[in-house]
Amino acid sequence: MLSTLVSLLASDVRPPAGFEPPGTEIFETPCLIGSGDYCANRVMLYMALSAIIIVALFVIAFRKPKLVPSGLQNGMESVVEFIRNGIVMEVMGPSGLKYLPFLTSLFFFIFVNNIFGILPFIQFPVNSRMAIPAFLAVLVWFIYNVAGIKAQGLGGYLKSSLFPPGVPTLIYILVTPIEFVSTFIVRPLTLAVRLAANMIAGHLILTIFFVGTWYLQWKLVTIPFAALSFALGTALVAFEILVAVLQAYIFTILTAVYIAGSEHPEH
Amino acid sequence: MGLLGLLAAVEGDVGAIGKGLVYGLAAIGPGIGIGFLVGKAVEAMARQPEAAGMVRTTMFLGIAFVEALALFGFVLSFII
Repeated sequence: MLSTLVSLLASDVRPPAGFEPPGTEIFETPCLIGSGDYCANRVMLYMALSAIIIVALFVIAFRKPKLVPSGLQNGMESVVEFIRNGIVMEVMGPSGLKYLPFLTSLFFFIFVNNIFGILPFIQFPVNSRMAIPAFLAVLVWFIYNVAGIKAQGLGGYLKSSLFPPGVPTLIYILVTPIEFVSTFIVRPLTLAVRLAANMIAGHLILTIFFVGTWYLQWKLVTIPFAALSFALGTALVAFEILVAVLQAYIFTILTAVYIAGSEHPEH
Repeated sequence: MGLLGLLAAVEGDVGAIGKGLVYGLAAIGPGIGIGFLVGKAVEAMARQPEAAGMVRTTMFLGIAFVEALALFGFVLSFII
């Protein structure tokens, strides 16, 4: 909308010749500091900003904790309580409470970076850059493998994850490769791709609708369609908030499931 | 001419059609899957409302697994 206003105010404004749908190039951001492959771009600054926001939220909320919480403390407490009761206790049981700080930070980091996609003046979901979900997935991969090895020993962990009990011996020729691929390769891959693809899809759809609005408002005949496009785009912003919460929740709960599965294999 | 004939005709530039086909075909299975999954979960919640929390958690887990396939199709449509 801002670009529309700016272009309307400029004197030599001409309607565009043809509609060019936005593609994946909207995810490429130029270097801000430094140059080459290892420079700081917009996305890095947003990630640093998200860390500052999360730390500030927790510090402000719990600096002077009251017995009867109110305001921000109330909100933050209910989120942490939801992760404790809805994810950790439900999936891992009381023995998983030592992972609560990790899962809480994971949830908040993913949620804040997702919600950047619709925050005015930022409007870029950091998690749509594949590197960030990929890093989070590798982190989770190490944590659930190390937790499994610590709980059962290396041999026990490999045995319980590659040779599920209750299967006829010959079937292991078929089952073991499948279990290996699904446990050690597909799990982190799907974790990362799920988060990144959801954010890419959401950002792309929002961009297409608002670019479409901008394109359709040039002629009087197409202004009703521009209004429709704008209305649907606005509705999709609300949908994106839902997706941001849901993806943070799903990433956290899957992490909990993987850690619980490698610590306590099903018998 | 049919779809195959159409595909043969655009042999030189299959980009857009190929991308559309990849995502469209990848969305069929997960669409059916999520439909079944949520339907059965609602059935279970209606039968045993006291187990609704557990059913909902499991439902989201299942949706996450099923949805991954459609998202792979989405990502592949950009890669090809």
